Amino acid sequence: MSLPIEVTHLAKTYREPVLTGLDLRISGGVVALLGANGAGKTTLVSILTTLVRPDSGTARICGHDVVRDRAAVRRRIAATGQEATLDDLLTGRENLVMMARLHGLSAPRERAAELLEQFDLTAAAGRVVGTYSGGMRRRLDLAASLLAPAEVLFLDEPTTGLDPISRRQVWEDVRERAKAGTTVLLTTQTLDEAEALADRVVVLRQGQIVADGTAASLAARVGGPRLVFCDADGQEVHSIDTDGSAAAVASALRSWTLQPGSDDALRVNLRTPTLDDAFVALTGEEVAA
Amino acid sequence: MSGVGVGRASSVFIGRSLRHSLRDGEGLLMAIALPVIMLLMFTFVFGGAIQAEGYVDFVVPGVILVCAGFGASSVAVSVNRDITRGAMRRFRTMPIPSATALSGHVVASVIRNLVATAIVVAVAIGIGFRPTTDPLAWLGALLLVTGWILAITTLFAFLGMVSSSPEAANGYGFALLFLPYLSSAFVPIETMPAILQPIARHQPVNPLVESIRGLLVGGEAPLSASITWCVGITTVALVLIVWRFGRDRDR
Repeated sequence: MSLPIEVTHLAKTYREPVLTGLDLRISGGVVALLGANGAGKTTLVSILTTLVRPDSGTARICGHDVVRDRAAVRRRIAATGQEATLDDLLTGRENLVMMARLHGLSAPRERAAELLEQFDLTAAAGRVVGTYSGGMRRRLDLAASLLAPAEVLFLDEPTTGLDPISRRQVWEDVRERAKAGTTVLLTTQTLDEAEALADRVVVLRQGQIVADGTAASLAARVGGPRLVFCDADGQEVHSIDTDGSAAAVASALRSWTLQPGSDDALRVNLRTPTLDDAFVALTGEEVAA
Repeated sequence: MSGVGVGRASSVFIGRSLRHSLRDGEGLLMAIALPVIMLLMFTFVFGGAIQAEGYVDFVVPGVILVCAGFGASSVAVSVNRDITRGAMRRFRTMPIPSATALSGHVVASVIRNLVATAIVVAVAIGIGFRPTTDPLAWLGALLLVTGWILAITTLFAFLGMVSSSPEAANGYGFALLFLPYLSSAFVPIETMPAILQPIARHQPVNPLVESIRGLLVGGEAPLSASITWCVGITTVALVLIVWRFGRDRDR
């Protein structure tokens, strides 16, 4: 059976190389694509959603080539961009009905009403989108991409600019969609989003995959729990690696010689590496460059 | 997802653009009020100084063409907004012929402009415009006006595609709106400086103004030059749009 996403030796150069022989196989679930700005995330998603042609290599969606078989690919995907691509002069309902008609759905009004209900937008459905808040626009945008059943859903920073409650709502919708069998490829800069949603995290750097695994496994790559000593401003002044056990922490504390006076105000924390730490460690060079 | 073909997608996009026209109160006001104000101004304010009598008959064809330009320039803004704000990106990932989004803007603009033109002609008749023509010539004039609106709208759609922002799209369009002033639309070409006369005589708006005037109130009507300009501009603009649409895919 063909994979939802299959990328082989994919390369794309604009002024400089963006993707350099990328290989990626995704068999399902929610996959988060992480990387610093310019790492190649948007280019990869643009190729997979048929917007950009690769220079070399192949990319397939459910077995269909994104260059030669664009129409078949487009019938199997749904995508939301970084900006909410809604029509400000149309109402929320009109936006969804228009998209449903473009998808050729048999009952566009009914389907739009269902989505408005699901995304808690029924009350605002008759208002033009220009009057919507950022959160409402994002939710409507996501609703528009979920109108027709898609096998692969591309979400490009779906919760940027949302308040915490709206973010959780969007996450819930994505989880439900994934549970129903849709493969989701999510690009994000917010790592808690990747941790909350993704079964698998892929980190891109300079057009290459530098890490691939669960959020926990990536975090573990940058080391185990550390005992961290911070000054009054919260700045780390010293740290000791531990395995997180009580015995190791006690031993670490005994090994630390307190300087009376200067160290009186120090605070001690046990820090478990997060995906943030892994992200900085894995993409740090590029950020510095 | 099954998606839809050219016909269905076009009708959805034309409906969308017509809704835009109705919702965009300022744009609609511009498209209708400006040509009417211009007609009244040229007839009652400047007309007396330009020509003692019958200036309204002289000026109506020119005002109709200026009106087409005003109306069409909004297409550049609509097309540019679709491209720069991401709507086109989404349409391109859907199983539809995404270029129909552009044709929706163009067709809606032609309809909007024809409505504005009808209003201008009605006002003109109200203030003394007296066409001395038969139904066939009316039809000819209508076809020429439609042809010109289509040509300039297609050109503005292309300008919308290549502009960096909706504001820039508006600016490029502004330059094109001056063409009617450098023709026999408002004053006879013989009254212009000798250096401008050949330019005025051979630019696209001039044969159109003269043809529409000839068809409606009598006189010379250089129809073949008018049709050639309309078809030529539309064809060139379409070729540029197709070229650009293909190229955008790889940006």
